[in-house]
Amino acid sequence: MDLAFTDLQDELRAQARGFLEATPEPGWDALAELGWTGAGVAEEHGGAGLSFLEEAVIHEEAGRALLHAPLWSTSCVLPFLPAEDQTAVAAGRASWTLAVGPLVPDLDTATHVAVPGGDTVWELVGFERELLPTNDATRPLGVVSGGEPGRALFSSDALPALRSRSLAILALEAVGVGTRALELAVRYVNERTQFGRPIGSYQAVSHPLASAYTELELARSLGWWAAWCVSEDDPQAAVAAAAAAAEAAEAAVATCERAIQAHGGIGFTWEHVLHRLYKRALWIRSWEASPAQLRAEVASHLLDTA
Amino acid sequence: MDFRDTAEEASFRDEVRTWFAESLPDELRGHRGGGARFDGPEVRAWSRALYDAGWVGISWPSEFGGRGLSPRFQAIYLEEEARAEAPPHVGVIGLGMAGPTIIAHGTDAQKARYLQPLLSAEEIWCQGFSEPGAGSDLAGVRTAARLEGDRFVLDGQKVWSSYAHIADFCILLTRSDPTSERHEGLTYMVVDMHGPGVEVRPLTQITGEAEFNEIFFANAEVPVENVLGEIGAGWGVAMTTLLHERGTLGFALVARLEVQMRKLLALAADRGASPTQRDAIAREWTQLQALRVTAYRSLTALERTGVPGPEGSILKLQWSEANQRVTALALDLLGPDAQLLPPNGPYGGYWAIQQLRSRGNTIEAGTSEILRSIVAERVLGLPRSR
Repeated sequence: MDLAFTDLQDELRAQARGFLEATPEPGWDALAELGWTGAGVAEEHGGAGLSFLEEAVIHEEAGRALLHAPLWSTSCVLPFLPAEDQTAVAAGRASWTLAVGPLVPDLDTATHVAVPGGDTVWELVGFERELLPTNDATRPLGVVSGGEPGRALFSSDALPALRSRSLAILALEAVGVGTRALELAVRYVNERTQFGRPIGSYQAVSHPLASAYTELELARSLGWWAAWCVSEDDPQAAVAAAAAAAEAAEAAVATCERAIQAHGGIGFTWEHVLHRLYKRALWIRSWEASPAQLRAEVASHLLDTA
Repeated sequence: MDFRDTAEEASFRDEVRTWFAESLPDELRGHRGGGARFDGPEVRAWSRALYDAGWVGISWPSEFGGRGLSPRFQAIYLEEEARAEAPPHVGVIGLGMAGPTIIAHGTDAQKARYLQPLLSAEEIWCQGFSEPGAGSDLAGVRTAARLEGDRFVLDGQKVWSSYAHIADFCILLTRSDPTSERHEGLTYMVVDMHGPGVEVRPLTQITGEAEFNEIFFANAEVPVENVLGEIGAGWGVAMTTLLHERGTLGFALVARLEVQMRKLLALAADRGASPTQRDAIAREWTQLQALRVTAYRSLTALERTGVPGPEGSILKLQWSEANQRVTALALDLLGPDAQLLPPNGPYGGYWAIQQLRSRGNTIEAGTSEILRSIVAERVLGLPRSR
């Protein structure tokens, strides 16, 4: 058991942190140039040939930065796509999203839409897109109308593995979101004084933030466990991803709420970044399945498989 | 990053598991006998057997009788010991607190005198820190140590001292300078529990068991050579003890929670669980996985940097609250049967006792309030609250 990040993973994190702080709204081509869009694509297909763990580092940072790009939605389907499509993603010419329900994420930016039908996942062609007003402007939802199945992309047998990838990424995105919200709260309660003292010296303020730290670290542990299981195709990947996503989404939402409370009135304003972090946390909690539904899956794994 | 055992770890784990399978007597498996479970000769014999097999002091330096292995092997041992439901070595305070403190601050003579019998369970240790007027605020200790020639004379009272009723020695924090305040003027010493002027009175807990005690000192004499560290510099020595209390505990706690979870799942299978209870079970199982990974993250940081990672500070805090929830959940699953004590209670009254005992978890070894303040101030860097 060795839970340290490799030097490469540390470098990737530093690069991602620096780039996303300097470039809040990077285009897909910029992400391709950094090697992120094809991070998990084999080298012979034009990618970087990295493992899912390296991709996961980027996703955690993308969550932290509220990256507005179809990185998660593309990464979910990427390893299952035909080789030439993976090459196009790595080169920054294509991005993907999967239409599993009526609401399709990242429909403003994803160039291609995949849709499950029967035993196959198809490329959807000849459709219209309509974006819907949503709370989280950095991960829009829309609906598609018309259209028909074009090329067959991959077998529907891959959908459970695809879902585990999706949940593991969302868990780490949530950890990134929550970590940034907590950092903002810690900075604020150190600076803001009332009754002649920094408000962070009051335990009624500091203890909820200590609890937020605790919950986020546990969620981080689960997120990396799930990412490792996905990376290794471990038999526990599905339950680990469900457990991690449930816990991380709730931790991120609770941390944002505590951070808003700690900021007082300013935390409740449109101009402060906190509401955008909060909205992404709520977005993540709503996607795929609610934490309660995910825990029902975990319970079924624990209690119904004997 | 790799969540699997290395070949070396797997082989060590296999060795431990095989040894427990072959060596743990059936009557000791899951052994609980109330407070008396510490006293029985079979517990000493079992501790000695652990020592003879090389399972005690796994990560202690070899010069002090340990095996000098990396802490990860200690962690694996603790996991397997809990999974086997084997009673732990009776020298809990000696191994986790007194021993590491003596290694860090003791003289060569003290190390030579105390460490080996501590490992072999020939001598049992207890801790004398808390007092009626000094609990979370440890710097308020008032137990007086008056220097008279080549010895200290002790007067005062300690409380919540586990194992004191069977202990041979006590690591005692005293106030040696009566004019001093707070962290100054404290002296840390080793006290012979069998000497005159030392009296132990067991305290009965809400479980009806007596695991901990009061210790009264009335003109008890302690030779100056029993001081650990310098006279008047006891606070720093005490911090070493607490660092080890909170540092090495994580894996044992997580492993015990894993056993609780296994029993809880068996109970749920036996009695059935409502959708709400299934949700709670899934939540606690998830917490357990998170705690285990977090313990290993902290260990990884310890091995790489020499200090445990900040995430380690949350283990005891989260474990204690998780154990309270898990045991309360078991009571829910049992319904009115949970009220029955041994011999009528289901599972020998196990859950009834465990749930009551769990209320101590958020008090002992640092209250949850103190631990949250430690996280807030030392990990997050918030201003001090006092």
